[in-house]
Amino acid sequence: MGELAVDKHVQYILSVEKRKDSFESVVMDHLRMNGAYWGLTTLDLLGKLDTVDADEVISWIMKCQHESGGFSGNIGHDPHILYTVSAVQVLALFNKLDVLDIDKVATYITGLQNEDGSFSGDIWGEVDTRFSYIAICCLSILRCLDRINVEKAVNYILSCKNLDGGFGCTPGGESHAGQIFCCVGALAITGSLHHVDKDLLGWWLCERQVKSGGLNGRPEKLPDVCYSWWVLTSLIMIDRVHWIDKEKLVKFILNCQDVENGGISDRPDDAVDVFHTYFGVAGLSLLEYPGLKAIDPAYALPVDVINRIFFSR
Amino acid sequence: MHGRPRKAPKPEDEAASAAKAQKLRALQTQFFSYHHNKIYTKEAVELSAKLLEINPESYTAWNYRKLAVEHYLSQPKSNSNSAKSILDDELRVVESALRQNFKSYGAWHHRKWVLSKGLSSIDHELILLDKFQKADSRNFHAWNYRRFVAELMNRSKQDELKYTEDMIYTNFSNYSAWHNRSVLLSTLLEKKAEGFLSKESVLPEEFEFIHQAIFTDPDDQSGWFYHLWLLDQTVKADSSLLVSSWPAHGSDVLVLGDRCNNGSAFSPFTTLQSNSGSFPIVLYFNQSVEGVSSSTVTVESGFNNSEDLVWKPLSLSNSQTAQVWVAHLKFPTSELHSSVKVSVGHSKGIISASGSQNSYPSIFSFKVHVQPIERDSSQGSVSESILWRGENFKVYGTQSEESIPIFSFDQLSMRNDHEPMASNWCAEALAKEIECFRELLSLMDCKIGKLTLARSLMVYDAMSFSCANKLVHSEEVLELYSDLMKLDPSHYSYYKDERSLVLLQQVTSSRESLMKHCFQYKDSVSSTICKPICLRLNHLSLSRMGAFEKLLWVQILDLSHNELQSIEGLEAMQLLSCLSLRNNKLRSFTALDPLRKLKLLRVLDISYNQIGEHSIDTTRYLCSSPLSHSVGSEWNNDETVISDVALINHWEAFFIFKELNLKQLDIVGNAIADEKFNSILVKVMPTLKQLDGELLD
Repeated sequence: MGELAVDKHVQYILSVEKRKDSFESVVMDHLRMNGAYWGLTTLDLLGKLDTVDADEVISWIMKCQHESGGFSGNIGHDPHILYTVSAVQVLALFNKLDVLDIDKVATYITGLQNEDGSFSGDIWGEVDTRFSYIAICCLSILRCLDRINVEKAVNYILSCKNLDGGFGCTPGGESHAGQIFCCVGALAITGSLHHVDKDLLGWWLCERQVKSGGLNGRPEKLPDVCYSWWVLTSLIMIDRVHWIDKEKLVKFILNCQDVENGGISDRPDDAVDVFHTYFGVAGLSLLEYPGLKAIDPAYALPVDVINRIFFSR
Repeated sequence: MHGRPRKAPKPEDEAASAAKAQKLRALQTQFFSYHHNKIYTKEAVELSAKLLEINPESYTAWNYRKLAVEHYLSQPKSNSNSAKSILDDELRVVESALRQNFKSYGAWHHRKWVLSKGLSSIDHELILLDKFQKADSRNFHAWNYRRFVAELMNRSKQDELKYTEDMIYTNFSNYSAWHNRSVLLSTLLEKKAEGFLSKESVLPEEFEFIHQAIFTDPDDQSGWFYHLWLLDQTVKADSSLLVSSWPAHGSDVLVLGDRCNNGSAFSPFTTLQSNSGSFPIVLYFNQSVEGVSSSTVTVESGFNNSEDLVWKPLSLSNSQTAQVWVAHLKFPTSELHSSVKVSVGHSKGIISASGSQNSYPSIFSFKVHVQPIERDSSQGSVSESILWRGENFKVYGTQSEESIPIFSFDQLSMRNDHEPMASNWCAEALAKEIECFRELLSLMDCKIGKLTLARSLMVYDAMSFSCANKLVHSEEVLELYSDLMKLDPSHYSYYKDERSLVLLQQVTSSRESLMKHCFQYKDSVSSTICKPICLRLNHLSLSRMGAFEKLLWVQILDLSHNELQSIEGLEAMQLLSCLSLRNNKLRSFTALDPLRKLKLLRVLDISYNQIGEHSIDTTRYLCSSPLSHSVGSEWNNDETVISDVALINHWEAFFIFKELNLKQLDIVGNAIADEKFNSILVKVMPTLKQLDGELLD
């Protein structure tokens, strides 16, 4: 294990954007907006956001906005709430939320709430607690959470709570660390964490740590760097993160680095990608690894960005 | 990219990848042109299928196909036969996409969308699912889809329950199947379906089933959570119940003005100094409840109208649900001796989280003696300052005070005579589990065995059928947790926290053990002994605080020299006026949020903690703030003069301390505490008289 290869990771992230001719990059083309969020947030956590041209990014983001107010994953694709939140998060990162017609974005998100309080991802009606989180997170950053029925939204999330204290995609769905982050995050932002059985969920979550030190997303699954984010944030939000061995997890993440070419992978010696690079670095930030900016576990943005939004008078 | 080995690409691979990429990009460009121009010809639709076959994640192509279907269905010549065949085509495209990527959200949703049209046969779906679920028995998309299909075809819950059984018998290690079983079983029990009338008739068999899984491989987690759920279902009371109260039943409460009452015959355990003209009544339930109000709780006293009482939930968020509730009873300014009777839950309306009404009403009564306030008193108020030095505390009951009546220990908790009747079978079931896990441990040393045994023993001791709150197994449980800390060091702190709770249960389980921690405060300055009893739980290496239901009476609490990083639950101790948390592991001010609910708190020592040392705040969202929308926007107009920069940097201190009425605060020994920060504190807390032992002007 070495230290975090900061410079290599910065180079890797900057190079991903330029490598447009590989098959992988075309397959990922539709979620470039998520990619932008992962890459740019990582750069900010590493203190290197100024290496990118903010105006260029912002002008591309705005080209992805549709008449409905929602954003697509890339130019040419359809709008979806998954990409709308990334667009808003990246603009917040650059302190450029003022380029948005906030009312228009809020109208798009508000329109996706269903009668039972749940949210659809887009006009085609797929329902998932991921979308509940996104709607709540996004509207809160835009300072207009009151545009939706928060009580119903919370009740829907609670209807997805399971015997193990965790949460699934829809009522009856199995608990999954990613889904738990979404539900706990949404409950955190709406001041509703008292609905979470912290000891029960905390035990389930801390048992995600396997012998290698890595975390898995469900019982009896393989560890994966991305769960460093989903599990750690959830444990932090319910104040149970001391129940895992943080040092072992730091080692696991550092072992997943490609120290030659930069980037972090799901498990040691696998191929790296920007998604796992973000989750690895963000995970290290949550573990208080020296030299990294602190990240907010609920809004998934650096703490200074969030504090600027919420505590400026 | 999951599970793909990292290797330097060979030049020929790169060339192949570039060629594939070029082909896919061309396909995509053509697709966009069809999509944006709303062209739904056969050729165009086929092209989208080709695109999805290569990249099932291309969500816009799924959207396009839905538009195409709707376009065809809206054609005047379309009939139900042609509609069905169009939809069947969609199902085929989905199936081939799923073969390419089993986890494609877009593909699964497209299938649901097609089936929801109600024109396709659903018989094929379970066969297809069976194939998929055999190939990957943990795929949660498939399980979600299975629940959707079962619902759509009205398949009975019993049949689905049988399916989980088959899956589990194929392989015990299937968390998904155990999960689905718990969902189905809860529904069947809730509906009281045939064969599922009571837990008593269902749970014993489930216990046997899960034992097979756990005994087969105790380290496999698949059965752990299901077993814990069964245990919980066995012992959990659906209905809420009053566990304890302050004032306790049968107690004599002396309420004083701001002057010491020397030589009084009243117990220092129940003497309360109050200059606000009221004292709190605290109700502690066995679980969170809603609906505590002047209509569900009646308070009869000679001096106060019960209807005027406002019951407030002691919840840190704005929730109207809480395990502990408080109301403030006003008393007259003249001398008074009166008895008070409190009846809880005699009229309907107190509702537990599971939605059941409180079916066990309780009554408790106590006597109140009020001594009028004498304004001419030259002495300061009783709890105004404290020096937390060892020599200032004397073990209670060693001197002349022995003649003073102290509270009766048994009164600390309510007597709930009705409970044992309900739980004969659960006593048996629990005893059986204890025996079973002892057997497991005799076969092999395993953490789930020890943990389950420890949990079961604690629950067993806490149940009212065991010998009246004597924790007969607590030593064994403490031992088990100590073993676990060694056996599974990665989760050391989990076991340590659990151990702390057991330790506190043990300390508060008998009068003898509790009295060892009760002290009388006397410093060299004050001439008289007039302070209430101080409970000292210092140097116990506690990492977590608990047993609050037994500690509602405490006014001075010393928790110094422990390992607390949280004081979750402390809001229940409504009488607290002095609190020492010196030398603990508190990491941030947000961890002090429970203190905001303690309106009598005047003296606080948080010196030598870790506040300001950590970049990540683990109580950031357990504290009321604008981040969680749990404070209104009125804070923006707060008149406290602190700068914007100070606010952004120290919002935690601002939100916590502006609601405390502290007179004495010790904060030295925290990374955050410097002169500049202290000057902010003084601005936020105008009531403060003493900071780090120095008097403020």
